[in-house]
Amino acid sequence: MLAGRGLSLRIGTASILTDVDVEVRSGEVLALVGPNGAGKSSLLGVLAGDQRPDTGEVSLCGEPLTAFSAQEAAQERGVLMQKQTLSFGFVVRDVVMMGRAPWHRSERAELDDAIVDAAIKRADVGHLVARNFPTLSGGEQGRTAFARLLAQDTPVLMLDEPTAALDIHHQEQVLSVVREAADAGAAVVVVLHDLSLAAAYADQICVLARGAVRALGTPDEVFTEELLSEVYDHPVHVLRHDGQLVVVPVRRSGGTR
Amino acid sequence: MTAVVAGQGSLRDRLVGRLATKVGLFTVLGGLLVVVVLLGAGQGAVEVPASEVFGSVMHKLGLGIGPLPTHPRGEDALWNVRFPRVALAVLAGAALATAGAVMQGVFGNPLAEPGVVGVSSGAAVAAASVIVFDIDIAGNWTIAIAAFIGGLVTTFLVYLLSREAGRTEVVTLVLTGIALNAMTSAGLAFLLFLADTQAREEIVFWQLGSLNGARWQQVVVVAVFAAVGITASVVMARQLDLLALGDRAARHVGVDVERLRVKAIVAVAILTAAAVAFCGIIAFVGLVVPHLVRLVIGPGHRLLIPASALGGAVLLVAADLWARTAIVNADLPIGMLTSLVGGPFFFWLIRRARRTAGGWA
Repeated sequence: MLAGRGLSLRIGTASILTDVDVEVRSGEVLALVGPNGAGKSSLLGVLAGDQRPDTGEVSLCGEPLTAFSAQEAAQERGVLMQKQTLSFGFVVRDVVMMGRAPWHRSERAELDDAIVDAAIKRADVGHLVARNFPTLSGGEQGRTAFARLLAQDTPVLMLDEPTAALDIHHQEQVLSVVREAADAGAAVVVVLHDLSLAAAYADQICVLARGAVRALGTPDEVFTEELLSEVYDHPVHVLRHDGQLVVVPVRRSGGTR
Repeated sequence: MTAVVAGQGSLRDRLVGRLATKVGLFTVLGGLLVVVVLLGAGQGAVEVPASEVFGSVMHKLGLGIGPLPTHPRGEDALWNVRFPRVALAVLAGAALATAGAVMQGVFGNPLAEPGVVGVSSGAAVAAASVIVFDIDIAGNWTIAIAAFIGGLVTTFLVYLLSREAGRTEVVTLVLTGIALNAMTSAGLAFLLFLADTQAREEIVFWQLGSLNGARWQQVVVVAVFAAVGITASVVMARQLDLLALGDRAARHVGVDVERLRVKAIVAVAILTAAAVAFCGIIAFVGLVVPHLVRLVIGPGHRLLIPASALGGAVLLVAADLWARTAIVNADLPIGMLTSLVGGPFFFWLIRRARRTAGGWA
């Protein structure tokens, strides 16, 4: 559904991405992980079409992304950014409704209200619908933006650290909704910092380091103590708990007491 | 401000309440406009009561309803002096308030306004040069076209100078306005220096802003500009809403941000030219009106723009009425009055923006 081939990006003299190949198919969740400054958000930006790569090409549904108009692209892929901004005090429901904009004047516009209501429910912001967006907490804003993404109802979903400002309950909730969307046929790219979350919800993990793909594969293949310790420059343990991979950093004193 | 969240059960009530507020606002503004127009047309050296103003209009439309003016020169005063003036006030007010609403949408900043950021004075400099150098390429339209070009150039300048990484910070915007206003004042001062006595008077008139001496020919020109500008603004209203998400997120939901921005800037320049061409610099209308409308019906541009146009018309007709009647036998410059009231309002807005944004960002 969404693929990048040979992507390179330079900003000034700094090389942000070098020769990155990624692909995400429908029904699949691809997690981008890696240390700070590895180029995860930049890669997502290039895949979303915010930034043109210096070399390489992004394709969406088999066509080059550059051939899409803004509206056509918005009918195929939705993006949830890391930081939410809103210049005016729209209420939550209006913000979620903005996700329906790409379908304005299409036959799907009839479903606007039903889809928005469903998205609000799935993102668990039903109790906030009449609140002013700028007065919400960071986590609530993030979930509202997530509802907007769901309302856009696209076959490709791109999320940049959707769980950063969320509590454990909502982290799990957001990612299980993402998982459900993938199981229903969506192609999902998600940037995650929490490796245990990535292991639990992703089919494919792409480990980025210094702008290049360091490893690509299933969580079992990629998450080895050796590789992660090297990439993050910090020793980690990879454990198995109830059949799930758990990644924990090695702490010298076993934590503070 | 929306009230604190209530339970799910009252959601329907709240939505119905919102709808009622919207319908109510348009009804109130429409009613007010009729009232101020009837009052505004009647007041002056020749007094005509509102009922006779109404009757005169009805007779002109071929409906023999209501009394005709009893004053011997009443009919003449109404149709040659008052109505052009009131019509100009309606159009200029609507154009300025709409320009403010669109500009705030494009800049994502509630403090943007053609007067404050120097677009109005940019348009005035261009219009003044036409007078001083006695340029006449399009008859009645020359001044309006010059004002449009001046407004367009200044709006692009403000835009390029005050934007950084997809957003405009309050402090940058206001400082850009100061710098541009300084440059345009210098331009106007130079033109004043060059001008002969008659042209000098006309330029002073611009700086002050006035609706005095309005003629039907001017009303036609302004009506065309205002109609084009307001229609264009209403058409792009839906996309302006999305721009509130920021440039990148707006693009993600399908807005061609660059194109929208260029269209919006041209619309702002057309609207500013509509107001400035014959009425001069009337500041703060575009700041006060959209802000008050937002407080009542929220920030959605599909309603904000038409409501602001109506509100701007009401405000300017009322302000003009005040300008003519506040001091007996004196026609105060209306631009002075709007700045007198709008200045403190702007100050209050800045303080508020600072508080709610948690700083000068």
